[in-house]
Amino acid sequence: MKYLKNVTSIKINPDRCTGCGVCLEVCPHDVLRVGNGKASIIDRDSCMECGACVSNCAFAALSVDKGVGCAAALINSMITGGEPTCGCSSSDSGCC
Amino acid sequence: MADNIKCRISAFRNDYRIAPGLYAVGSPDRNSDILVSANYKLSFDELRRELTGLDLWVLVLDTKGINVWCAAGKGTFGTEELLKRMTGTRLDKIVDHKRIIIPQLGAPGVSAHKIRQTTGFRVYYGPVYARDIRAYISDGYKATRQMRRIDFTLMDRLVLTPMEIVPAMKKYPLYAAIVLLIFGIQPSGIIFRDAFYGGLPFLVFGLVSVAAGAFLTPLLLPFIPFRAFAVKGWLTGMAAVLPLLGMIDRSDALLNSAVLLFFPFMSSYIALQFTGSTTFTGMTGVKKELKIAVPAYIGIAAVSLILVIASKVSHWGII
Repeated sequence: MKYLKNVTSIKINPDRCTGCGVCLEVCPHDVLRVGNGKASIIDRDSCMECGACVSNCAFAALSVDKGVGCAAALINSMITGGEPTCGCSSSDSGCC
Repeated sequence: MADNIKCRISAFRNDYRIAPGLYAVGSPDRNSDILVSANYKLSFDELRRELTGLDLWVLVLDTKGINVWCAAGKGTFGTEELLKRMTGTRLDKIVDHKRIIIPQLGAPGVSAHKIRQTTGFRVYYGPVYARDIRAYISDGYKATRQMRRIDFTLMDRLVLTPMEIVPAMKKYPLYAAIVLLIFGIQPSGIIFRDAFYGGLPFLVFGLVSVAAGAFLTPLLLPFIPFRAFAVKGWLTGMAAVLPLLGMIDRSDALLNSAVLLFFPFMSSYIALQFTGSTTFTGMTGVKKELKIAVPAYIGIAAVSLILVIASKVSHWGII
């Protein structure tokens, strides 16, 4: 299953990439590959912007607009003008 | 099992947690592996079941009773909390090695290089599913490509549908009240008989739209054409409502138009909510859908209401 075409915000800066491959390891959708000592995006539409590659890149070579891909949360933030959250993450209880 | 079901339909879903801290599985020693987990009881129980017969440590983080993945997205399953628990439990005094195994789905919240810099422990990202942990450890902390991928099977989708249906049905009484009011209002006052007979088909269409958007669309997700959830939900809604159109007067074009306009979009709106539960949708895509869908929903709700009112007024004219 893939979501909308050509929308994900994942980017690689090849100048910073060392080809260590940590990003491949944490990606749950097999979006990246390493070839010729650099990581590259081979399946852009499968990226769900979870941000695992970004937070585990020690060289800050990756970026993505990470956030809740949840319509209810985004509609709430459109109405209230606040940050999109799942509606209850500020308190001690949680939902997702 | 009963708890599992209750939790799934949200009875005490938000308070289903265990105490954070270090747990022993079997009889672990100074060389045993350390697994990290969330304090959501469903996840922890499943992990424990998969570890039967092994001897290891489980470090449970305080994720407010939320599963690893959602908590990682929010940052509660994250570098800061992990460092805090590692220090708090004096992990370096308990084991002689420097390996810590974190579920791969926790990776969005954790920076492995920061953990190493601060504590000296090397993070090993384990498999996505607890069922693969045994193989992962015995293969020398190696996960196959398959173990690193997340699925979204029919069963995965099915267990999520109650949490789509329950919130949608919470709004149903309000919807029903509005429908009965609209159909009950007559020149002579509010007539209960008219409210019931006129409103009944609309109450059914409402239920069918909830079923289409909150149950059928998630379940049949990969088989419904187009990638946008709003479109998938609309198609399912149309397919569900169309066969029931005979419940209203065929000659009333205004009312028929209102039904065909409103209910597929109601299903579409509900289906769009499911983007928050999938394992493959991202924020940028959902934002793109909403940008088009939200103004459309508001416009269509308004036009449908006008059509229903126009239908009523034209009836009064005839009578």
